Amino acid sequence: MTSTSRGSAENQDPELLRRLLRAKDRMDAASHEQWPVPRLARVSGVSAAHFARSFKQAFGVPPHRYLLTRRIERATALLRDTELSITEIAFQTGWGSLGTFGRTFRDVTGASPGVVRRAAVSGEHLGRIPVCILNAAHRPNLTIAVSEKRRRVARGIKRPSRIKEVR
Amino acid sequence: MSQGVQVVGLYVRDQDEALTFYVEKLGFRVHTDVRNGDYRWLTVQHPDQPSFQLGLMAPGPPVHDAATAQTLRAMVAKGAMPPLVLVVDDCRAAYDRLKGKGVEFTQAPVDRYGAVDAGFRDPSGNGWKMIEAR
Repeated sequence: MTSTSRGSAENQDPELLRRLLRAKDRMDAASHEQWPVPRLARVSGVSAAHFARSFKQAFGVPPHRYLLTRRIERATALLRDTELSITEIAFQTGWGSLGTFGRTFRDVTGASPGVVRRAAVSGEHLGRIPVCILNAAHRPNLTIAVSEKRRRVARGIKRPSRIKEVR
Repeated sequence: MSQGVQVVGLYVRDQDEALTFYVEKLGFRVHTDVRNGDYRWLTVQHPDQPSFQLGLMAPGPPVHDAATAQTLRAMVAKGAMPPLVLVVDDCRAAYDRLKGKGVEFTQAPVDRYGAVDAGFRDPSGNGWKMIEAR
């Protein structure tokens, strides 16, 4: 499908976008919970098939991938700001297993949870940006599927890490 | 007369709806509400902040062509506009009060480094952070 036939969010009904935003907000508020498409579709008041397509059109990523970025973001914050163990963080941010967490975290950020933890210990204060907004600035920019990212790495296509410290 | 920023505008999908929200739910006051044909200049202000007005602006003619207005409405509705911050004395109390009035909260109060913050949206989709003053 070309980008023109898919259409852009600017052509979507603002009332629909507002309801899709509600589903996105719910994932933001509770990213550790399970968010299957039918549950999200109910929040937005649309059919499941319509939801998945409209969400991607509105926000550029499928709902599941958006949820993944939020979980990684939260895990990164917990690694940085708490002394919880990596296992506890994996559990708290919604992963069913430590292995899946570690693998996905590495695939998305380019670094293992342990490396992020060690970097955080020597980190410095980031100044007077409200923390909630700072977290959004650190959100991993996951523009491709994790599986595609793995394939690219396997093929030797290197992409620069999207995690940048604000300094 | 002191110098400084006097008005910052927000885009809203419906000025009447926004007026009701900011006045009846958030407790702001109307500062100016004047019309000139299709155009309505509407500003509100926080009761403790007489030198600052928040403009509640509707995308559309005569300022915007139809396509631009549609783009702006879409951007607001999907929460793409910049963050707004409301400072309150007691975040948890304000949360209870506003939630009771039906304000759509996106985040319940959270304690972060000794400061409490919560998040809500106006009916149009503009996102507010509510932060407790320290």
